[in-house]
Amino acid sequence: MSAIEVRNLTKQYRVYQKSEGMWASVKGLFHREYKTVDAVRDVSFTIETGEMVAFLGPNGAGKTTTLKLLSGLIFPTSGTATALGYVPWERAYEYRRRFALVMGQKNQLWWDLPAQESFRLHQEIYGIEESQFRRRMDELVSLLEVSQLIGRPVRELSLGERMRMELIASLLHSPDLLLLDEPTIGLDVVSQRKVQEFLKYYQSEHKITVLLTSHYMKDVEALCTRAVVINQGVIKHDGPLAEIVERFSKDKVIQLQIAGESPSNAELERFGIVLENKAPRIKLKVERTRVPATLSALLERCQIEDISVQDRPLEEVIAEFFTDTSAPGNEPVTTHQTGGRS
Amino acid sequence: MTLANRFRVYWIILQTSMAERFAYRSDFALGTLFRFLPIITQIFLWGAIFGTMDTRSDKKIAGYTYGEFVAYYLMAMLARAFSSMPGLSSGIARDIREGTLKKYLTQPIDMLGYLFWYRVAHKLVYYVVATIPFIIVFYLCRDYFPGWPDPLTIVGVIASLQMAFLMGFLIESLLGLIAFWFLEVSSLLFIYMMLNYFLSGHMIPLDMLPQWVEWLPFKYLAYVPCKMALGKYSHAEMGQELLIEAIWIVALFWMNRWVFARGLRQYGAYGG
Repeated sequence: MSAIEVRNLTKQYRVYQKSEGMWASVKGLFHREYKTVDAVRDVSFTIETGEMVAFLGPNGAGKTTTLKLLSGLIFPTSGTATALGYVPWERAYEYRRRFALVMGQKNQLWWDLPAQESFRLHQEIYGIEESQFRRRMDELVSLLEVSQLIGRPVRELSLGERMRMELIASLLHSPDLLLLDEPTIGLDVVSQRKVQEFLKYYQSEHKITVLLTSHYMKDVEALCTRAVVINQGVIKHDGPLAEIVERFSKDKVIQLQIAGESPSNAELERFGIVLENKAPRIKLKVERTRVPATLSALLERCQIEDISVQDRPLEEVIAEFFTDTSAPGNEPVTTHQTGGRS
Repeated sequence: MTLANRFRVYWIILQTSMAERFAYRSDFALGTLFRFLPIITQIFLWGAIFGTMDTRSDKKIAGYTYGEFVAYYLMAMLARAFSSMPGLSSGIARDIREGTLKKYLTQPIDMLGYLFWYRVAHKLVYYVVATIPFIIVFYLCRDYFPGWPDPLTIVGVIASLQMAFLMGFLIESLLGLIAFWFLEVSSLLFIYMMLNYFLSGHMIPLDMLPQWVEWLPFKYLAYVPCKMALGKYSHAEMGQELLIEAIWIVALFWMNRWVFARGLRQYGAYGG
């Protein structure tokens, strides 16, 4: 059975349209004009049990709204969704007991108490048996390397330490579905890596379904093979991560190490865009279809010591894709149902 | 969840919250003592109005002697210690505005139940810390009191104080829930605070205000327990007041539930 099934989900917000100026503000007291904003528009996707899927998109794209819908925080305007077989916004206690939502910018721990006390509270709220609670807490605490810190008031912890505590708190009841909204936002590189490694290990050990949003490509590359790209409330891409680069980037990067003198910039520009040309290294951005021709021309022209052809970094591709609305594939695409193994 | 389980959860919430509150115990004790300072002003003010500082003077205003006025204010302080809910409305409003409400919606726990037990813990800790300051002040002012009321009245006073706590909680949580519709409720809360100061009888006994204010539920927050403690109600009147108060509590409870359910429909989970 699929862990999550979303069909034609739409969420519209009514936003108060405020116009400039004093008179407009006064008028606004009596008559308000509202604009309907589509936070999520006709979104459909399926996530299989045990999958780890990333939601990509710029701020305001609708990632968080989707997570909120799936965790039952808000009601949709239209469409249907089931998660673990439940309709999220009915907020059944049975469903609440089986999933967890972690938001990088929110905290659910008691500020003035040691994390340990918050964990105890979770034990009771979720009705976790003592022996299981012990076992899970020991596992999580050692995986996240926080055994020294669980006795300290949460307010004294660093952001990275606090995030790790949040993760423990949300995994104590061993949820089948984990929704992560920007889990590494604001963390330093070391903490980011720790969180990534932990998530990867935990997910593969426990085979839980994970849906995460992030705008750190590093997170996504480290964790997920499948990504759903969303922009302006519409799904632009749903499929393997590698496909994104293929689909949204027409270019590849050729790197050369040459012996002797390097060709002039003008000469190289015939093939594509010169990214670097400092002997002995040359870096060229070349249209995908022209790569073979370019390579053979270059092999003829210079004495090459080393050569590599790479896809452009995912981060770059995505950033470009979102800033340039005329980029290929940015017209609303009907999503292909890459449900995976269904 | 079985009932026993639910109580276990609330018991843990109670313990956890108490542990948290005790982190601020010295702040509590000091705050309690300072809260009695305005009483001194009242003692002098009513002394001047009566033209006497003699507790045993039998001149009366609105049915109260000078001593009874002072005793009234002291009792009002005690009643407020039960019925005031600092930070409850604004806390709910903040949870709604900033989106921290989500933890009550994604975890298998009811928000109003949680907040209620948190508040019980808050109050219990407060009483532990504040008992001694209260005893000192009441002892120092013992001459103002008309003497101990009869046992049944004492039971009535205790019941009315407990119910004042419930009334206070339900009214303020209802106000906080308004934030589902108007994100910013601080000015509304300020107005409520001012009205409450009047209408609960905290400022002057309600006998001195127009009759209709006695139809409002606010009098149970201070005025009714005070009047009971001063022996101004017959047993029959006492029973009647407590019964009406109980009906208010049930009505407010269901209003809270209803508004909460409606509010969640409205809720957009603001703040990221």
